[in-house]
Amino acid sequence: MTTGRRTWPLYEVFVRGKRGLNHVHVGSLHAADDEMALHNARDVYTRRNEGVSIWVVRADLITASSPDEKDPFFAPSADKVYRHPTFYAIPDEVPHL
Amino acid sequence: MSPHAQEQDPTNAYQSLSETTEHDDPRWAFGSGFEDVQAEIEAPVPDGADAADLAEYCLMLGDDALICSHRVSEWVSNAPELEEEVALANTALDLLGQARVLLSRAGHVEGAGRDEDALAYLRGEAEFRNVGLAELGDDLDFGVAVARLLVFSTWRLALLSRLRDSRDPVVAAVAAKGVKELTYHRDWAARWALRLGDGTDESHRRMQAGLETVWPHVEELFRTSDVERRLVDAGVATDPAATREEVDAVLDQVLAAATLTRPTLPGRGTLGGRAGRQGAHTEALGHVLDRLQSLARAHPGASW
Amino acid sequence: MPEETQALEAQFDATVAADRRIEPRDWMPEGYRKTLIRQIAQHAHSEIIGMQPEGNWILRAPSLRRKAILLAKVQDEAGHGMYLYAAAETLGVDREDLTERLIDSRQKYSSIFNYPALSYADIGVIGWLVDGAAICNQVPLCRCSYGPYARAMIRICKEESFHQRQGYELLLAMVNGTDTQREMVQESVNRWWWPSLMMFGPPDGDSPNTQQSMAWGIKRHTNDELRQRFVDMSVPQAAALGVTLPDPDLRWNADRGAHDYGEPDWAEFKAVISGSGPANAQRVAHRRRAHDNGAWVREAAQAYADKQAARTKEAAA
Repeated sequence: MTTGRRTWPLYEVFVRGKRGLNHVHVGSLHAADDEMALHNARDVYTRRNEGVSIWVVRADLITASSPDEKDPFFAPSADKVYRHPTFYAIPDEVPHL
Repeated sequence: MSPHAQEQDPTNAYQSLSETTEHDDPRWAFGSGFEDVQAEIEAPVPDGADAADLAEYCLMLGDDALICSHRVSEWVSNAPELEEEVALANTALDLLGQARVLLSRAGHVEGAGRDEDALAYLRGEAEFRNVGLAELGDDLDFGVAVARLLVFSTWRLALLSRLRDSRDPVVAAVAAKGVKELTYHRDWAARWALRLGDGTDESHRRMQAGLETVWPHVEELFRTSDVERRLVDAGVATDPAATREEVDAVLDQVLAAATLTRPTLPGRGTLGGRAGRQGAHTEALGHVLDRLQSLARAHPGASW
Repeated sequence: MPEETQALEAQFDATVAADRRIEPRDWMPEGYRKTLIRQIAQHAHSEIIGMQPEGNWILRAPSLRRKAILLAKVQDEAGHGMYLYAAAETLGVDREDLTERLIDSRQKYSSIFNYPALSYADIGVIGWLVDGAAICNQVPLCRCSYGPYARAMIRICKEESFHQRQGYELLLAMVNGTDTQREMVQESVNRWWWPSLMMFGPPDGDSPNTQQSMAWGIKRHTNDELRQRFVDMSVPQAAALGVTLPDPDLRWNADRGAHDYGEPDWAEFKAVISGSGPANAQRVAHRRRAHDNGAWVREAAQAYADKQAARTKEAAA
């Protein structure tokens, strides 16, 4: 069931500015699917410069390391790129937690 | 901090403010296309082509772009999502850039001292040469907007692909640059036609309704004017009638994939054989020009 | 406070104190997170709402070159809004939620966009004064302690400087035009000068959150410091244009090495912030209408993507 409140998923955008360089993260955008994400990434982040190479990947498919180096490497702390130990949406009404 | 270090400081936005303001910084000529064809605007009229015909032809192609750009610009701050704000503005800028070069060429070839702005802002409705599809209002209905851009960009891409070989260097240059732009616009519109046509029940209905709204203006796209006929012989223009097969094939492919039905509505009638190419427009153009020209006309002799 | 949290907080404080960046997955105090979400969201909303006063003139721009410039500028603002919403999303909020808060008037945007753009001179003055004030506010944010915000601001500041220049260049063309155009410029400066000064927020004595924000490295200068910098920058620019800034108290103070200037009407500022500016209702209603009118389109794209994904899966099975 879709509703008007549902957001298109978040994508991370990586661009290779010119040959010989790595792709680097340049930002994010929302898109309904991979193709739209590529299309929009070209519009927004490269102003349609045809020479560059673009990668897009859904943010929720990225696995990220923990910033805390003390974490055991194989512990389940490896998580989503924006996950945080206290990651949760805070309703406006809730006072300081 | 040494002056050199400051030069390298990417966070120093003040620095660029102190640099001199160049009149046409390429960043801000964005979309004008002038950087590519400035020299060619003053090229001589190709042998065998009538100057008045060429000026008129540049108006046709330029007015299509200018008026369609205006309609797309109406979407600014009204798009269904922020990403689409950027895409729609790109389309409007591309078309505006094409219009500026073509109107400049028309003014030069005409030889009466009119520049792009005199042609855009000081002509009356009957002097505009665009097709009705460009001036059609969409009332900010995304279904109509997508339908119009699908048909318009498919048709214009077919025209411009052929015009890359035009014997007029400006028409050829605009076509060469425009083919890349129109390929992009057509791709954008086709993808949205798929999403809307094969999305929800409501979007299917609204996309189909959008097609029905634009369809009466399709017939006109393939009608060859006398000016075009003469310029085809001179190797300057392309015959729009010859693009019909290609345009139909593309539209049929997109509509089928999008589960949409090709409308069977009759084409909009002419005024005694005259339509947009002869300056006979729908009522919508007057309202477009009211907005487009109001400020420029209110300040004769002003410089902006 | 549990021992573990104390250790994390010490690490956070040390990072900020060393002028290093906090990144999305780092531990951060809840107040820091909430302050950033509020500030970045307001900033993003301002970019999006800010498209309206200028968008109001795109269709009527008086030359095709000016039209192209204005379209490109307003397009940049949509892009800036996207960068900023993305920065906010790294803090665990969702763009759709932030948009809902904007159109329900639960979150604010810069007070300046609640003033109407009434003449084409306003396009120049918005570039010169409003974007100029925004740059004063934003350049220090390029060094904000929160990495994603700082990076977004670097990109935005580069483009903003073009915006300010195009505005100033338009005004130069207009003051060199007809008498009517010169009058338009002065009239526009008269309307926008004081609201531009208000963009820096209330005076320091009335800005209770400033100290905490500075301690967190979110803010680098106080409101009054930035306002002073803006006034000092604008005075010679106004002189070069030959326009008068509408402040009888504005004069150079050699002792301070800065300009003295009059007090903005803070009652007006408070009224505009709390919803009764000249264009508040119109701005929010416009944004709500665009968002609501787009709902069926966004749903369709999602439905199509879901269908395609299901088809791909079926084909693979």
